[in-house]
Amino acid sequence: MRKKVIHWAFWVLVLFCLLLGIALFSLCVGSVDMPLKKILKVIFEGRGSSEYSILFDIRLPRIILGFAIGGALSLAGVILQGMFRNPLVEPYTLGISGGAAVGVCLNIVLGLSRGLGIISLPICGFLGAILVILLVYSLSIRKGILKIQGLLLTGVMISFISSSLIMLIMSVSHTEDLHGIVFWVMGSLEEPNWLLIKLALGIAVFGLAVSYLFCFDLNAFSLGEEEALHLGINVERAKRLLFVVASLLTGFSVSVAGIIGFVGLVVPHFIRMFVGSDHRILLISSFLCGAIFLIFCDSLARIIIAPLELPVGVITGILGGSLFIYTLSKKQVSLEGK
Amino acid sequence: MLELKNLACGYDSKPVLQDIEFKVEDKEFVGIIGPNGSGKTTLLRAITRVLKPSKGAVFLNGKNIWQMRFKDLARYVAVVPQNFGGVDMSVEDFVLLGRIPYLERLQFFESKMDLFIAERCLSLTDTLKLKGKLMSEISGGESQLVLIARALAQEPKLLLLDEPTAHLDITHQVSILDLIKRLNKELGLTVVMVLHDLNLASEYCQRLVLINEGRIYKTGTPQEVLSYKIIEEVYKTVVVVEKNPVSSKPYVVLVSQEEKEKRGK
Repeated sequence: MRKKVIHWAFWVLVLFCLLLGIALFSLCVGSVDMPLKKILKVIFEGRGSSEYSILFDIRLPRIILGFAIGGALSLAGVILQGMFRNPLVEPYTLGISGGAAVGVCLNIVLGLSRGLGIISLPICGFLGAILVILLVYSLSIRKGILKIQGLLLTGVMISFISSSLIMLIMSVSHTEDLHGIVFWVMGSLEEPNWLLIKLALGIAVFGLAVSYLFCFDLNAFSLGEEEALHLGINVERAKRLLFVVASLLTGFSVSVAGIIGFVGLVVPHFIRMFVGSDHRILLISSFLCGAIFLIFCDSLARIIIAPLELPVGVITGILGGSLFIYTLSKKQVSLEGK
Repeated sequence: MLELKNLACGYDSKPVLQDIEFKVEDKEFVGIIGPNGSGKTTLLRAITRVLKPSKGAVFLNGKNIWQMRFKDLARYVAVVPQNFGGVDMSVEDFVLLGRIPYLERLQFFESKMDLFIAERCLSLTDTLKLKGKLMSEISGGESQLVLIARALAQEPKLLLLDEPTAHLDITHQVSILDLIKRLNKELGLTVVMVLHDLNLASEYCQRLVLINEGRIYKTGTPQEVLSYKIIEEVYKTVVVVEKNPVSSKPYVVLVSQEEKEKRGK
């Protein structure tokens, strides 16, 4: 047991160091390159210079948002993979991101955020997300037993339906709304609103804390719901709470940053190879690694065709989609269930 | 110990079990037998609170299981499931899962006591040597033993098993049933076991419950239940019931179509 704890602590430490490193890297690069020395100088000189505002108004918020959203999405991925017992399940492949996006689009078109404040955006995202989770789950229940077969197919179809719905909404919306939707749907970490950034960070950390209350439940779920029940887990309650947590994480992420796919697939898949599948370490290490991954992808998005930038969703999509196909061709079992 | 009163149970209003009524006393060794689809596994699922009865109730020491806390039930009843897809987990971690009912909400690590109990359960089932292996690496017979070890780690009073000998060769069949018998005798565990094999059921169980088409057809000692009349009626198969020359328990012998035709002539 002691050995296990040391092993885990080691990984958390490594990931923390990597996170710090990647955050510093991300501060330095961009359309204006700033080496570390210069950054220190800019900080000491204080407010006023254009470099200062690049650092603290543009790059730092992006890093914080990348931390929150990368963490939240891969945490949501781990939770969903645990509940559905399928390593290919995540907010994007199950259509939950799509559902959240439809919610947010409706909000923009109906002008709810103008009436109810910006906070209504993530709430609509959350509602869209939880609706899809409940739909996917109830479609995959037969005779009280969770059927994993067809689950992914249902999810991908829901994604298609959602993107069609978004197109529908876009085609009937006003020009000014259209700009907002297009800009947001591409998936980017550029968010000028500090309140939303703080909110995303708060929700991500809150989600991590709550999921830790259920780490043994998630471990037990890896044997199946019936087995979890035999081990004294209040299955219905755990499921309800974890679904709400996953929807909160996804809904808030999507409403702030648009659809950034596959983070919840790539990161847990990668991190499991190092730390194993015990949720006590998997949750925190996936969170940290997700943060690292997204900040890294965002830095890439900013430098590949600098001074222009790519939407970060493009990069995660290409990386994650390829991994998805690779995993699928490696073990056919995952799709068909055991 | 365990009492089922007037139980009816099923899936989506389609009844599978009806009028189920029986009692299991402390330290008894009871076998549940019956043809495929007769409702044996459903009965087990009703006892473990997976399925809610549509009528009647299941009582453990006089308490309705649906009014017990989940953890309390898991500390009292442990289940050894039938089929089991491999998981990516070491044998020791897997057995430690059996300690979950004893962990507090904010306790993230098992205590020394938990580790000690897991170790003891591994040695009780003679699987201590597998401790560091992955669950997906070990054989079917071994994983059955580890499943029993995990159930024992729950420190239950009542052990439920769903066809523990399915898909195993005779060596493992006998060693697993011998182990369960030993647990029943030495630790005083009450055992309720679903079995397919009538001869194994006859050999090991004190009492049998025969289920047919969702109802209890007969309960009693193997001698009372395993008569050729009853078996032919329930299983729709011609059999001869002999006496096991060693234990003098009933022994069911099958008769093939070819033999039947030969005799008929």
